[in-house]
Amino acid sequence: MSTRSFGQPIKRNEDARLLQGKALFVDDVELPRLLHAAFVRSPHAHARIRGIDTSAAKKRAGVVAVYTAADLGDYWKPGPLLLPPPPIEGVVFNERTQVPLVKDKVRHAGEPVVLVIAEDRYIAEDAAGDVVVDYEALPAVVDLEKARDAKTGFVHDDLKTNVAAHVRQTKGDYAKAVAGAACVIKRRFLYDRGTSLPIETRGVVAQWDGKADRLTVWDTTQAPVFIRNGLAAMLNLSERQVRVIAPFIGGGFGPKIMMFYPEEVLLPWAAMKLDRPIKWIEDRFEHFFATTHERGQLHDAEIALSKDGRIIGVKDVFLHDTGAYDPYGLTVPINSQCTLLGPYIVPNYDSTFTALFTNKPIVTPYRGAGRQHGVFVMERLLDIAARELKMDRAEIRRINFIPPDAFPYDNQIIYQDFAPLVYDSGNYQPILDKALKAIGYKQFLEEQPALRAAGKHQGIGLVCYVEGTGIGPYEGAKVQVQGSGKVSLATGIGTQGQGHYTSFAQIVADQVGVAVTDVDVVTGDTDQFYWGAGTFASRGAVVAGNAVNDAAKVVRQKILRTAAEHFECAEEDLALSNGAVSVVGVPGKTVKLGVLADEANPMRGAVKPGTEPGLEATSYFGPEMGATAAGIHAMIVEVDPETCTLEIKKYVVVHDCGTVINPLILAGQIHGGVAQGVGNAFYEQLVFDDRGQLLNASLADYLIPTALDVPRMTLDHTVTPSPLNPLGIKGAGEAGAIPVGPLFAQAIEDALGLPGQGVELNEIPLSPSRLWELAGALAKIDTSATRVR
Amino acid sequence: MSHKVSLTVNGTAHTREVEARLLLSDFLRHDLGLTGTHVGCEHGVCGACTILLDGVPVRSCLMFAAQINGKSITTVEGLSADGKLSPLQEAFRDAHGLQCGYCTPGILTTMTAFLAETPKPSEGDIREALSGNLCRCTGYQNIVDAVKLAAERMSAKP
Repeated sequence: MSTRSFGQPIKRNEDARLLQGKALFVDDVELPRLLHAAFVRSPHAHARIRGIDTSAAKKRAGVVAVYTAADLGDYWKPGPLLLPPPPIEGVVFNERTQVPLVKDKVRHAGEPVVLVIAEDRYIAEDAAGDVVVDYEALPAVVDLEKARDAKTGFVHDDLKTNVAAHVRQTKGDYAKAVAGAACVIKRRFLYDRGTSLPIETRGVVAQWDGKADRLTVWDTTQAPVFIRNGLAAMLNLSERQVRVIAPFIGGGFGPKIMMFYPEEVLLPWAAMKLDRPIKWIEDRFEHFFATTHERGQLHDAEIALSKDGRIIGVKDVFLHDTGAYDPYGLTVPINSQCTLLGPYIVPNYDSTFTALFTNKPIVTPYRGAGRQHGVFVMERLLDIAARELKMDRAEIRRINFIPPDAFPYDNQIIYQDFAPLVYDSGNYQPILDKALKAIGYKQFLEEQPALRAAGKHQGIGLVCYVEGTGIGPYEGAKVQVQGSGKVSLATGIGTQGQGHYTSFAQIVADQVGVAVTDVDVVTGDTDQFYWGAGTFASRGAVVAGNAVNDAAKVVRQKILRTAAEHFECAEEDLALSNGAVSVVGVPGKTVKLGVLADEANPMRGAVKPGTEPGLEATSYFGPEMGATAAGIHAMIVEVDPETCTLEIKKYVVVHDCGTVINPLILAGQIHGGVAQGVGNAFYEQLVFDDRGQLLNASLADYLIPTALDVPRMTLDHTVTPSPLNPLGIKGAGEAGAIPVGPLFAQAIEDALGLPGQGVELNEIPLSPSRLWELAGALAKIDTSATRVR
Repeated sequence: MSHKVSLTVNGTAHTREVEARLLLSDFLRHDLGLTGTHVGCEHGVCGACTILLDGVPVRSCLMFAAQINGKSITTVEGLSADGKLSPLQEAFRDAHGLQCGYCTPGILTTMTAFLAETPKPSEGDIREALSGNLCRCTGYQNIVDAVKLAAERMSAKP
């Protein structure tokens, strides 16, 4: 037998190309007669367009076309609603989706107004500068509470409200249960997130080939199949006439799956109209406005507990900023609502949210996708409850864990995938035990007084979370043995750095007995694989991975059947390894897979009825519901009370995502998630003024963590396989990013002894300056020891 | 107005007419077809477009092609020969020092110059040297380990 590669830290197949600059990214696509696009974008967040003068732009040498909304004719349509609201009783949802070019009213700064196409990008940008748009600026809707209370000046005038959605989900009867509580904590929490900021911005290249009667689009999308289907419908083409390729993508993190961005709608249309290929690559300034964000929620939450610290119930009422449009439905706030419950038994839950339109860029999922907000509220409530009840922070969590024999555990509310929020499996206490040990919890608490006395402001934090992963609907995979003996694998999802070229290859390699390096994986090319949903919600390994496994198993059976015919022996006498099939115990009786592949595809002669050619299989997998991963992050931090800067002394992640395919890739996913969590917790904030202007739209002003800011992490795992898929996998893509905000708040509070001074950190992001403001009481902290040091 | 520039890129000599405002990054990518150099911000912060100009790391988005007459440039394509990875590239693969790979070319060029100057770096040295390059995928830990691994392997060789 071949050595099993599943579960091993296999080096990545894709790296050699990436390391030598040989991998194709969208901006690397060069085509004959290629044109370049640039957009005129609104400088106002809210404005009526009185007129557009494109005459000077059209006259500029090298300009090929200039389009406004009026030029689009019937092609001008608001984009599709990606996801309708889940079937929750009483749900209010006002659908207002983005438009390709603004016709009458601008609803966020950076919204595209005019498309300019020219012989090169420099000329296109010059010409964009020639366009004169006459705007009537309107007061902007920015603040969430003001948006809720507004009586005039709506983002969408016809709605006569800024409410995009209103949802209440309940479990048990909180109002009744709270009467029996020994302790009720009520707080207001503000949790803001930023922009995903992949180092590669978005881009689209569209090529219409009139002779082949086909459209090819290279797109930095996480969901090429849906882009293909949507484009075919919009352009009156058959799906077979449209090929969408998501080649190597320089990071996605969620926002590269917003269908449809205006540029994705416009470039193919213009390429067909002009009969020339066109490229648009978002610049970094555009990215801050034109690519979706995640942003803030304002929670008024309360928790009711018994005197021994058991949760009786949670009530939460929150406002969610959805931006100018809501094409992604309710995914983000539903995730917040559901993920708040965490790994805990919450017998009574009453959660209501109102999503509000604002004059800011659109909000869609970004790694974690609203889960952060919910986890922040719950973890902070537990921290405060622990203080009130004079309990240990770890202990209050431990006693409220759902016990391992209670799974599947039904939370009795509806999740983002429209299925009931049922946790498939879990075992939380071992995660806690490992985390406490790895961070040195007891020892640190013992040493902390001495550290304080020595002027060292060190604190510890520990937070728990669950992550709903691997949701449906389905993914598919096609596995094929080639005449060369190598195995090809195609799947419909896109890949943005998750190592699919390797983890999927491992699954195939084990089934068909070849080296991982002999499995050639293609993702994100609709001509290679027709069906699929996309890469989101930590579902690639879970959903596509299981489809790959099933297809590979069928191919294995076909190989054995063909080899049995070849040797005229029984299948049970055969073994697959090293790219060949051998008759066990008979030296020299070996045939290479490539030979069998050719034999399975004869050029002449009769075959049996029902024969399928080749050694090939296509399989699909769709889980009945998502798999729930869980984890704990713990951290020891030192805060300089004079500068409010941090030094993270130790950072621990213990995580359970079921069966692990490749621990190397898994660790990378966790590391990267934590780095984004650190950014969210302490560095990154989109700062809008009261006119809806983003004040820090550059990498010099919007700070993402550098190698000096992200700590070294210690990782450990527990394994509770998911019963929902044959491989037992749960997703891991978002785990690193989810709980970092409450961890920072808790550890920094502890380091500075803030609760003792009546200061709580109930908002994220923090920053040195914000921490200084919030902890005005810092002046009272004895910094003399620090000064002497 | 255009300018004539003659330069060497990865050992190959080129002479081209370039517009005064053409960025060096665009010149390398689109005029010479060396698309391994990536553009991430075009304002000199992210470091993805870093190349070696006469051996020194510079941001190709902050220079004009017209400025490089007579210079020698190494891009990521020039770090390996005949498909054989350099020790640094090999270490990135071994330590899983890349995910999407978009920032990687700029990090490889920056770290190539760094290791030439600092053959035995501490973790702090590496993090300091790396802090001008943004990576959104890896959390940097495996990049630091890759650079450390490369340094060890390179100094072990005579």
